[in-house]
Amino acid sequence: MDRFAPVRSVAVPFARDNIDTDQILPARFLHLPRDADHGACLFRDLRWRADGSEDPDFPLNRAPWRDVRIALGGRNFACGSSRENAVWAMHGHGFRAVIAPSFGDIFAQNGLKNGLLPVRLPEATVAAMIARAEADPSAELTVDLQAQHVIDADGIAHPFEIDPFARRCLLDGIDELAFTLSHHEDIAAFENRIGRDNQ
Amino acid sequence: MPTMFEKIWNGHRVLEREDGQTLLYVDRHLLHDGTAPAFEMLRKRGVKLRAPERAFATPDHYMPTDTRRIDEIANPELREMVASLTRNAAAEGFTLFGLDDARQGIVHVVGPEQGISQPGMLIVCGDSHTSTHGALGALAFGIGMTEVAHVLATQCLWQRKPRAMRITLDGALAPGVTAKDMILHIIAHIGTAGATGHVIEYAGSAVRALSIEARLTLCNMSIEAGARAGMVAPDNTTFAYLAGRHYAPTDWDRAVEGWRALCSDADAVFDTEVALDAGAIAPTVTWGTSPQEAVAVDGIVPDPAAAPDAARRAEMTAMLDYMDLRAGQPVAGIALNRVFIGSCTNGRLEDLRAAAAIAQGRRVADGVRAWVVPGSAPVKRAAEEEGLHQIFLDAGFQWREAGCSMCLGTNGEIGAPGERIAATSNRNFRGRQGPGVRTHLMSPAMAAAAAITGRITDIRTL
Repeated sequence: MDRFAPVRSVAVPFARDNIDTDQILPARFLHLPRDADHGACLFRDLRWRADGSEDPDFPLNRAPWRDVRIALGGRNFACGSSRENAVWAMHGHGFRAVIAPSFGDIFAQNGLKNGLLPVRLPEATVAAMIARAEADPSAELTVDLQAQHVIDADGIAHPFEIDPFARRCLLDGIDELAFTLSHHEDIAAFENRIGRDNQ
Repeated sequence: MPTMFEKIWNGHRVLEREDGQTLLYVDRHLLHDGTAPAFEMLRKRGVKLRAPERAFATPDHYMPTDTRRIDEIANPELREMVASLTRNAAAEGFTLFGLDDARQGIVHVVGPEQGISQPGMLIVCGDSHTSTHGALGALAFGIGMTEVAHVLATQCLWQRKPRAMRITLDGALAPGVTAKDMILHIIAHIGTAGATGHVIEYAGSAVRALSIEARLTLCNMSIEAGARAGMVAPDNTTFAYLAGRHYAPTDWDRAVEGWRALCSDADAVFDTEVALDAGAIAPTVTWGTSPQEAVAVDGIVPDPAAAPDAARRAEMTAMLDYMDLRAGQPVAGIALNRVFIGSCTNGRLEDLRAAAAIAQGRRVADGVRAWVVPGSAPVKRAAEEEGLHQIFLDAGFQWREAGCSMCLGTNGEIGAPGERIAATSNRNFRGRQGPGVRTHLMSPAMAAAAAITGRITDIRTL
């Protein structure tokens, strides 16, 4: 995983509550291998019409948001299916952060493990950012994980919470697995306590 | 003092991290044919499975339900998904219920059926409907692919402790009302994010009265309310269900004694409490593109004009547009093209019995294609021993092999754009059953009635 650097970008609004991961990455692309171009499948059935033409109303098809690294979402963003492929699709398209009032739990965890930062900010703050993005699509935000804040288009910093360990992993570009493997003696001790097969 | 969830959580703690996360030990890791990327992640790092004896796998997501032969899967990419699970099982030494195994089925049907899922266990699977197994008094939740790889390598998982929610349903269910109607009613009440960050314990006399298969349906859709997991305290119904199953504990009496101690203490405190009157639940159907958009079958499609704010109005309008429905339209009477009876939500023997009871002596309406897809090979066999398959076939239903099938269509079994489907599965998301397909969720009996009349039908009036 790459080290998570500060992200400065325009921010595309997906201004609806309860956007599910079936929308983000439709099920018919779930068999694609990890190194496939998941970004090309992102919001596949909302970005393109059935006849194969782009839907000009979908935000990702509008000029300043074609090249975008920050998403703004509604409540309960990316609920539903546990498919990590939804995160791969967003990351593959270029996204590095999603700012929303709340997330589907599994999506948020998957994001942290793949360099896609879920940023929870108060509903009113996100609503203001969405309104600003819609009024001025070229307005840029900065997501700074080191400083743990988002700087809005007016230069105001909005602090956010994140698990310190997940933050460290993202900033250093490492994953949890090596850390857990280094604790194999603790795991073995637990296994000895419960029996190799505890049932 | 502790809740059942806390007791199970505490019993699986290996380590605490300074940021407040806990390393939990996983008793059972369930795998399916969508797990290939996790094995690839491990191979790249040169890591082997820590405890293959705790992993159980079965192909369900990618296998077509009109054949049991891998070489008959026309799409080579889908064929490879199923084949790779077989290869990984052989290479890594975990148990596989393959296509030639009499125990194959949907992973969330197989676990309870074989006695793999037991009270007090911590169970994970790379699938959000893993909450199903909580019906037996386990803590069971879905995880992402990187987490699957982490569990394969370490048999452990880092988690921040969720909050505890209790949903109490007292009273007796009215005739024609099932666990599916209960959970749709609950989700409509608390919302699709109503239990986010929580583990739900379902309690109350109406839950106690449910069979294990019905509790599996109830817990299955906990994720549709945003919950990490759903669970029901184990009781004599649970013990009777598990007794004699293949993987049930050999030291049975000692196991049951331990299981009895799992129940939430009388003075246990939940972070959130919800109480609902089970007697007030009607047969329930979804009208929109989220499981929370559910109403009583004798109700009407709601009006966006009555929405509390502009955002909700826009959301409802978009749903009506996609679903091709109008505000105020009665839900009963909506015409259908297809019917799907099956899935990890409603693909068990009791579900098929309920559907067959409606189908018996009747015919599927002209122009409607109706499928029955058993949740597992044992369910299929048991149904055939009872003659249920003949009832379905005589009525004009297709009787298929076990798998996830049209619940999410990863095996290619999807509807055509514009088709409207009555489904006993768990998600009515836009495009869930194929691009442009419209899904109405309901119970197996209601789906069977819909097949017979060709319209959404109140079974109480059939």
